Amino acid sequence: MTRIEKTFGALKRPALVTFITAGDPDRDTSQAVLDALPGAGADIVEIGMPFSDPMADGPVIQAASLRALKARANMKQTLSMVRQFRSKNDTTPVVLMGYFNPVLAYGVQQFAADAASAGADGLIIVDLPPEEDAELQKSAKENGLDIIRLVTPTTDEARLKSLLNGASGFLYYVSITGVTGAASADPARLAPHIAAIKKHTALPVAVGFGIKTPEDATRIGKIADGVVVGSALVQTIEKSKKNEAAQAVAKQVKALAGAL
Amino acid sequence: MKANSYKNQPDERGHFGPYGGRYVAETLMPLILQVEKAWSAAKADPVFWAEFDDLAKNYIGRPSPLYFAKRATEHFGGAKIYFKRDELNHTGAHKINHCIGQVLLAKRMGKTRIIAETGAGQHGVATATVCALFDIPCTIFMGATDVERQSPNVFRMKLLGAEVRPVTSGSGTLKDAMNEALRDWVTNVHDTYYLIGTVAGPHPYPAMVRDFQSVIGKELKEQMQEREGRLPDTLVACIGGGSNAMGLFHPFLDDTGVRLIGVEAGGHGVNTDKHAASLTGGRPGVLHGMQSYFLQDADGQIQEAHSISAGLDYPGIGPEHAWLFDEKRVDYVSVTDDEALAAFQLCTKLEGIIPALEPSHAFAHVMKIVPKLPKDHILVMNLCGRGDKDIFTVAGKLGMKI
Repeated sequence: MTRIEKTFGALKRPALVTFITAGDPDRDTSQAVLDALPGAGADIVEIGMPFSDPMADGPVIQAASLRALKARANMKQTLSMVRQFRSKNDTTPVVLMGYFNPVLAYGVQQFAADAASAGADGLIIVDLPPEEDAELQKSAKENGLDIIRLVTPTTDEARLKSLLNGASGFLYYVSITGVTGAASADPARLAPHIAAIKKHTALPVAVGFGIKTPEDATRIGKIADGVVVGSALVQTIEKSKKNEAAQAVAKQVKALAGAL
Repeated sequence: MKANSYKNQPDERGHFGPYGGRYVAETLMPLILQVEKAWSAAKADPVFWAEFDDLAKNYIGRPSPLYFAKRATEHFGGAKIYFKRDELNHTGAHKINHCIGQVLLAKRMGKTRIIAETGAGQHGVATATVCALFDIPCTIFMGATDVERQSPNVFRMKLLGAEVRPVTSGSGTLKDAMNEALRDWVTNVHDTYYLIGTVAGPHPYPAMVRDFQSVIGKELKEQMQEREGRLPDTLVACIGGGSNAMGLFHPFLDDTGVRLIGVEAGGHGVNTDKHAASLTGGRPGVLHGMQSYFLQDADGQIQEAHSISAGLDYPGIGPEHAWLFDEKRVDYVSVTDDEALAAFQLCTKLEGIIPALEPSHAFAHVMKIVPKLPKDHILVMNLCGRGDKDIFTVAGKLGMKI
């Protein structure tokens, strides 16, 4: 059983999935934030792999990527952060999220092998639809990594079937048409979409984009197996002094977990 | 194995060899598949092409003339130089060709809002123009740096009724404008059509924009037959994303006796870190929905491009060019800012034509090769845009005040 399966199997409440960008604003601060997440109540940690042109992200996560790159973040460093996290925590799943070009530059096979050996459990590559991900699929499978697919409000039934083919771990439902950190999702509008997805798969469905507050988490948690919070945490990192970032984020995560 | 024809690309998923494809956020995938479906249907519909041809003739002013540049030819004393005069099109550049085509497609798809990115502003002006013509609201994303250096075009777009949104993220140039346009599209996916301004982006855009721009090469083939009774020997075009070059080259790809030369923007030189030559100075990667060549560092972070010409200031290139580069069917070279600036001035004085800084790059390469070519050699350069928009940039570089 994978860490992701174990996590969803053991939880009595919806999973809290937290997102931060690796190396934002620098490696040490980012590592401290990452290491503090599980203790504060994060069930799964998503780690953003910085990219110069994050076209699916809103201003908050764009800025995080640029801060990290300015502090000389790169793929090697991101994987070393995962390794360091894993040396102290063997249970919380780590999902690497990002864009394809840095993965391609690293080498797809090498990336999958190194990510798995560092202790990652799943991959979300935002701009790599199923039509183009054969090589990554193969390498991920060989290394025991889940490919986590995004399902969106524009996904129809036929498209959903092609997305489910090769999907594992969990599904990430993008609650709005838009970029990360945009308007809040409306649970009443989401519920039928999630129900429709559930008809076709036994995979857990986590909902992300636009979930910012404990109140949002409570509302979305009622209809999903997990909620993803990203921009709201990244904003806290942006606003905090470096030596206070981990504590500030932990406090916020605790409140979010308490609301689920 | 060599392909039997260079013209049967891309495959059904939009691949030109290993390049092209569709690399976009999942939210956009259904819409991009719709665009492809609508384009396949339109392409086979004579009614669609009748409307396109009518507007091409009566609104754009096609066919654009094929002009024998007598003074330039005499000046260099080598090959015969012809200009394909796409700068005489309505709006002053070739961009209007694919704008007419795409706005007709958007209308067919029932889309009620158009977005576009622009570098030099030529594509933005052309988009704003067709949106005025068809009474469709449009928003143009333009890098803040470009807004500054292309102010006449910004004003034109506003006059035409477009909303111009300056983009400050990243380097504030064309690639950032494209990122922002994609962000807008993902947000307004239901009513909006993204009118991409070059042979780039996810499939079907590279092939579709090429098909609209191929009117340039098709006309040239006929005009040259009429004038010289044969095919030209060499074709030269500048390349940013590569739309005018692809439109010129495509009808000639299988005429392997015709030498095709694409001229990239070498900025301060391709050996420096300030240029926009993706093929000669970049390597394969994925950005903006396609696999192609990009300027990038060892970690796959996209680097900022530099060119004196805003229209060439893009760190990538259309996927079909990437494929033709690998296949060695087209020669890709680069010229520097300074060479382009000299060519701009020489073309103006010799021919009484002020070229845009983009085709000035093509002319700079023409200047290098024609003196060594025989007098019966026929070279055609695509004069894809007029230079009025660039006079402020040029004046600045020459230390003059206007």
